[in-house]
Amino acid sequence: MTDMPPPSDVKLGLVIDLDICVGCQACVVNCKEWNTAGYGAPLSDVNAYGDNPVGSWLNRVHTFEAGTGKDARVVHFPKSCLHCEDAPCVPVCPTGASYKRAEDGIVLVNEDWCIGCGLCAWSCPYGAREMDPAEGVMKKCTLCVDRIYNETLDEEDQIPACVRTCPTSARHFGDLGDPNSDVSKLVAERGGFDLMPEQDTKPVNKYLPPRPRPAEVKDDGPVDLVALANGQSDNGSGFWSWLDKTLDRLQ
Amino acid sequence: MRPAFSLIVFTTLSGLGFGLAAIIGLGLITAPTAFWWMVYNGVALALIGAGVVSSTMHLGHPERAWRAMTQWRSSWLSREGVLAALTTILLFGFAVDGYMTGAPNFGLGVAVAILSLITIWCTAMIYASLKTVSRWFHPLTPFMFVGYALAGGLIAAVSMDAMANGTASVLTQPALLALLSAAIVALIWSKQAGAEGSGSTPESATGLGALGSVRMLMPPHSEENWLQHEMGFVVARKHADTLRKISLGLAIVLPGVALLAAASSPVALVLAALIHIAGVMVSRWLFFAEAKHTVTLYYGQRH
Repeated sequence: MTDMPPPSDVKLGLVIDLDICVGCQACVVNCKEWNTAGYGAPLSDVNAYGDNPVGSWLNRVHTFEAGTGKDARVVHFPKSCLHCEDAPCVPVCPTGASYKRAEDGIVLVNEDWCIGCGLCAWSCPYGAREMDPAEGVMKKCTLCVDRIYNETLDEEDQIPACVRTCPTSARHFGDLGDPNSDVSKLVAERGGFDLMPEQDTKPVNKYLPPRPRPAEVKDDGPVDLVALANGQSDNGSGFWSWLDKTLDRLQ
Repeated sequence: MRPAFSLIVFTTLSGLGFGLAAIIGLGLITAPTAFWWMVYNGVALALIGAGVVSSTMHLGHPERAWRAMTQWRSSWLSREGVLAALTTILLFGFAVDGYMTGAPNFGLGVAVAILSLITIWCTAMIYASLKTVSRWFHPLTPFMFVGYALAGGLIAAVSMDAMANGTASVLTQPALLALLSAAIVALIWSKQAGAEGSGSTPESATGLGALGSVRMLMPPHSEENWLQHEMGFVVARKHADTLRKISLGLAIVLPGVALLAAASSPVALVLAALIHIAGVMVSRWLFFAEAKHTVTLYYGQRH
């Protein structure tokens, strides 16, 4: 039955730091790389090298601009399944293919049962589920369930592919049900938040806000780029400036 | 939301079929001969069947559709599947029993009628239960579906009644009343549904509202993805008002005129029923096309 299991004590999930994500897309690529060969059917692409390529991805990085004027910020925004406590995608599933694990809260799709009706994707406010164009079944983030419990992998690899690959450590993996876990402490320290709390999904994944700017940002006004490029900067001083001027005189 | 043709056909035809089944089940139209009895029931079964076949065409794996019967405790789609199957089987039994005995079984007929209405309700609840689509997440949505189904069922019944008996059906007035009610519910629904928005914004979707207004700078991919294709449908919203008028004209006004002016002309009535179907399909097209999903907040839309 697709009834939700009682809330689990262990709530495995991700904490994503919007302050330090640089939008390099490495997590997107490594997610696709791992999951196209791991859990379930491959993550297919159609017309991959043509005019209008489409494919299923479990993790996508958006880029937003927040605020206006001098205070505007560019924020890279990775988004994958949030493994919600009240996951709306689970009870709507007519076949029982969409389910939430009682032991660790991971939301998964049993691809052998999925009929590809797409209702779970409609019910998800976040766009975390995508229909596979070749297989006709629903794909979603598995939290790399085939890595995190996989003892044949080195210990440092027993974390989700996106977390493992992030070059800036903007992604963290852990048990958000345990208030003493590193991820829970990080969320408490940095004021981690839920996406669309008004949708009542109780996401397990949390996002950390961009840190406030330093109170005083040194701003000397616009730099004369043309002058800089022509080497005609008047502000020069010190040895190199002296050498520059001396060589000019020798010409 | 993308108006998938398979779902427009499914909701329109199965709604009409179950609406007609309810009217036959209640014994509101009388068949002069056993042949007409089978025609009445056959038309209802054919409409339901066409709708169900169309709905399975929407699936990635139609051969597994039977699995959709299993999760009736939590899923409106599953409930719809179970009830549609049960009602169709009962309707078939009711039709065969009536044919063999010459007298429709009253209890079975009432059961068919009640289950038909619940089935239409479940179809609508698939949409009306989605909090992510504020246009659908409205208490009037199922009434709108039932309203169209009963109006369509009555027009179909009136036209077959006139054909079988050669006179104007006693259901002509009720059909007019049903058309009027369906129009009123549809108009109120159209005005109210989703008017307040989903309550979600790009700011709440990203959690970046504290920094100020949030705008998309770059989408995550260079090409449109499945999410945008499926849930970011924006084509022809600007024609929504025109299409709404067309849909009401076809689904309500023209059939209404036919019922008033040509209640004993089977040809005019069958034509009216077909025009009604076309009108409901246009309204269903709008039902999808005008609906906005919260995921589009991540792709530069604001509701």
